[in-house]
Amino acid sequence: MNASVTLSTARRVLGQLRHDRRTAAMVLIMPAVLMVLLRYVFDSQRQFERIAPALLGILAFLVMFMVTSVATLRERTGGTLERLMTTPAGRFDLLSGYAIAFSLLAVAQVALAVGVSLTWLGLEITGSTVMVFVVAALDAVLGTALGLFVSAFARTEFQAMQFMPVVVLPQALVCGLFTPREDMNQVLTWFSDAMPLSYAVDAMNKVTRSSEFTQSLWVSLAVIVGSLFVSLVLGAATLRRRTP
Amino acid sequence: MVAVKVSQLRVVRGGREVLHGIDCSLPEGTITGLIGPSGQGKSTLMRSIMGVQIVKSGEVTVLGRPAGHPELRHRIGYAPQSPALYGDLTVTENLRYFASVLQAPRSAIDRAIRELSLEDCRHQVAASLSGGQRSRASLAIAFLGDPELLVLDEPTVGLDPVLRHDLWGIFHQLAESGTTLVVSSHVMDEANRCQRLLLLRDGNILADDTPEGLRQRTGAEDLEQAFLSLIQERQAHHNRPSQRQGPSQQGLVQS
Repeated sequence: MNASVTLSTARRVLGQLRHDRRTAAMVLIMPAVLMVLLRYVFDSQRQFERIAPALLGILAFLVMFMVTSVATLRERTGGTLERLMTTPAGRFDLLSGYAIAFSLLAVAQVALAVGVSLTWLGLEITGSTVMVFVVAALDAVLGTALGLFVSAFARTEFQAMQFMPVVVLPQALVCGLFTPREDMNQVLTWFSDAMPLSYAVDAMNKVTRSSEFTQSLWVSLAVIVGSLFVSLVLGAATLRRRTP
Repeated sequence: MVAVKVSQLRVVRGGREVLHGIDCSLPEGTITGLIGPSGQGKSTLMRSIMGVQIVKSGEVTVLGRPAGHPELRHRIGYAPQSPALYGDLTVTENLRYFASVLQAPRSAIDRAIRELSLEDCRHQVAASLSGGQRSRASLAIAFLGDPELLVLDEPTVGLDPVLRHDLWGIFHQLAESGTTLVVSSHVMDEANRCQRLLLLRDGNILADDTPEGLRQRTGAEDLEQAFLSLIQERQAHHNRPSQRQGPSQQGLVQS
């Protein structure tokens, strides 16, 4: 590991976002805007409060997944990755650089969406605000890690976009957003149990509804962090020095 | 001293063998030109030397180490055929990033910008550069770490004649100070500026000689003619004993 490569990679990725203002603005603002939209779609504080925590988690995950998978794909196809592979930069240095940069972005994004929800939209939470931020940020970082990994399986940006419906939407359907996970038929419950986004949403629901650290909350958090590291390691395995 | 030694190198890409067991060795402090039309294996050979190409068999030794050895990563510089730059960063930001990865000093950035005449566009984002500016910026990155071996894939495409002349001046200076350069090109007048030429055709080395040696051997006036007669000689040799093997050139395959 080489910390200076990691840090300069993080700085470089953030620099790219600074030049690409449109993407940066959309990533930062869209989840907050969607929360506002959702609030008025329901036009009922009660219904909004039921679904808002889950959606905060999903949006953070989704947006970071998309941005990261396209950004990494560009690195792979643009020749810069190959160039880096001829230098002393290690793949974990690069991945951690990416993860740090996108996590910072994710934290800013989550802060905005949660902030808007708690103030303007009057979302009332009984749990700790800090934990809501922490879990939403973890969800976003999970999206980043998964995006890093799946970008290895896309050759073009079109294909990378398709991972949205392929990887994210099924998870979003079974994560408990539309119907409680335990009410689904057995096969779908198993499927849901195997998907990291389910735990991301569970954790959001729990921290907004109670400040208690229950065992099931710890399990959810452990699954999120675990999947995050597994994705990062798998992502690193797909960064090859030698290619065909 | 030999900087690069390639023996019996075979490479398969996309199910097709693109290098058929080639041998060559490049002496230290020289400029070797890899000459040949596109799709003949030039870039593949360069990627093999850089250690980023999966090879089927054979050996590539670079500066006394097997190609791709971690220790080499500080000692070699590479400019791939398509300028590998971050399009949304400025030239300076691109250079700064690669300098920090290579642990090159700040002064290396200014020197590279000066040597490649990038002063006017140093604060422009790479995506907005002209083709020539982009390939110069890509070259600048290869120069950053003061490498002992420079592998440059078609570095002068799209450059105006004055810049091209200047660039070859820099290549010669570097070679005189001991740097080994491998430069690919499909322009024959550039072949004249190399100390050694490797002519690649259909994944084989057709000639490995000095420009002067090639002209003498073929009795041709210029290198274009020399290469033509070599190719004809080889084809005549091939067609006579064996049955026809069909068209050997498969057009569209890019290197």
